Amino acid sequence: MDFSVAFNAARDALPYMLGGVVWTAGLIIGAMLLGLALGVPLSVLQVYGPKPVRRAVSLYVWLFRGIPILVQLYIFYFGILSWLSTLPGLTSLGLDSPFVAAVLVLGLTSSAYQSQIFRGAIQSLPPGQLKAARALGMTDAQAIRTIILPQALRLSIPAWSNEYSILLKDSALAFTIGVVEIMARMRAIASTTHEPVSMAFLAGIIFFVLTWVGVKALALLENKVRIAGYTRQGAA
Amino acid sequence: MPDLTAAASAETAPSDAILEARGLFKTLGGNRVLDSVDLSIGRGRVKVLIGPSGAGKSTLLQCLNFLMPPDSGHILLEGREVDKRSKKELCAFRQQVGMIFQDFNLFDHLSALENVRVALIKVKGLSKLEATERAVAELARVGLKDKATLYPANLSGGQKQRVAIARALAMDPKVMLLDEPTSALDPELIGEVLAVIRDLAQGGMTMIMATHQISFSASLADEFLFMDKGRVVEHGSPAELLGRGSSSRTQAFCAKISELTGEAGDGAAGECRL
Ligand SMILES: Nc1ncnc2c1ncn2[C@@H]1O[C@H](COP(=O)(O)OP(=O)(O)O)[C@@H](O)[C@H]1O
Ligand SMILES: [Mg+2]
Repeated sequence: MDFSVAFNAARDALPYMLGGVVWTAGLIIGAMLLGLALGVPLSVLQVYGPKPVRRAVSLYVWLFRGIPILVQLYIFYFGILSWLSTLPGLTSLGLDSPFVAAVLVLGLTSSAYQSQIFRGAIQSLPPGQLKAARALGMTDAQAIRTIILPQALRLSIPAWSNEYSILLKDSALAFTIGVVEIMARMRAIASTTHEPVSMAFLAGIIFFVLTWVGVKALALLENKVRIAGYTRQGAA
Repeated sequence: MPDLTAAASAETAPSDAILEARGLFKTLGGNRVLDSVDLSIGRGRVKVLIGPSGAGKSTLLQCLNFLMPPDSGHILLEGREVDKRSKKELCAFRQQVGMIFQDFNLFDHLSALENVRVALIKVKGLSKLEATERAVAELARVGLKDKATLYPANLSGGQKQRVAIARALAMDPKVMLLDEPTSALDPELIGEVLAVIRDLAQGGMTMIMATHQISFSASLADEFLFMDKGRVVEHGSPAELLGRGSSSRTQAFCAKISELTGEAGDGAAGECRL
């Protein structure tokens, strides 16, 4: 392999490949946020909800953890969303876009995983704090919002950063339904330049940098919200 | 059933009791933990629950503010029965009943000041400024004004318990329930918390306290309630129960624990036999 040819090919492909970063970033930010928005209430329901609700949440979690993302992408993109977008009133929402399908699948799957992260964190808190909050006259909703979740979310950041790096890698599957993220561009440009190896290296480097940036950013966040002497056991 | 309840509370409504419990029963894991407990406390009074571990003291205190719902029985605040099915009423009731726990239960992510302030803002709807002023005043009252910015992890046990007391006091409770407030403390930290509790009692706070600090509580209490196996088996003034020649179970129990804790050595056991 001629190294300089490979290098030049990679250099020439760089702008096009970097264009994929926008899509990849869109996928993971969308999925992380959707996963957070659903994962938090799911975790609360699973810990504090009545039994049938807890059961339903755990079924949801099993479903999304159990079905491979590739399969879900097909089900949502070719199935559910394309059907939904034919319904009157929904046609103009753009539900049949591959990007929407990918954010939805990655986000729902992530919500299942994130809910388990938060659930573990909630359950690791000393139970007396909820009692103390109730004893002060807080409703359960107030106690969960102001006492439980602020602590549970802080404790969840390390696991959350792990979830980010997993999502980043899972997002590469979105090429299968036509999202022009990094992986899709790598395949396209590899076939036109006949430089698959250098394009794979380039994509690998971009993914690595994205992982690094995200994990570092979350570590910064963790530091910023850290509380003096606060550890997983709370103040023992 | 509901009209029976109404009749019962109407019957004996006029009473000077602030907090009253009638016929409390509680079963946990197949054990009868509270067995027909009645209790009534008047304004400014101090009642002390004593008895062996497992007697049901914590359960009783937590049933009194429905942290644990009793299986049956009635709780009345100032003669009005509390309807535990109404969430709103329950929250309003709990605001008026302060609770102090053995292991403090401070909110670990909030500073001392924020611990005291949070319910003032969220529950009482005070502005942040008003709440802060009040919280600072309460912290000053328990001698912790200079620790306001510290987080629980950086406070000693005694300081944590005093913050917890300030947090409860900030709600202007009509009665305080204290569940072994010094039992989790190192011996040298007990005194500072007892001093705060003594101040409260002298300031006229109505209190029901479970404790093993016999000589301290004998000096404060209007009444001792001796619990065993979920029942109040003896009650009376400390002098009656612990006085010379008394053959009460309370006396026997106190003698045993003062032996164990070595209270006898510093003359405290003398107080135990008033
Ligand atoms: N969640 C529970 N499940 C079963 N039994 C319990 C539970 N909580 C307390 N108990 C039992 O109830 C009894 C009274 O406990 P408690 O009120 O804590 O006593 P005390 O505070 O006087 O030491 C004990 O025998 C204890 O084992
Ligand atoms: Mg107890």
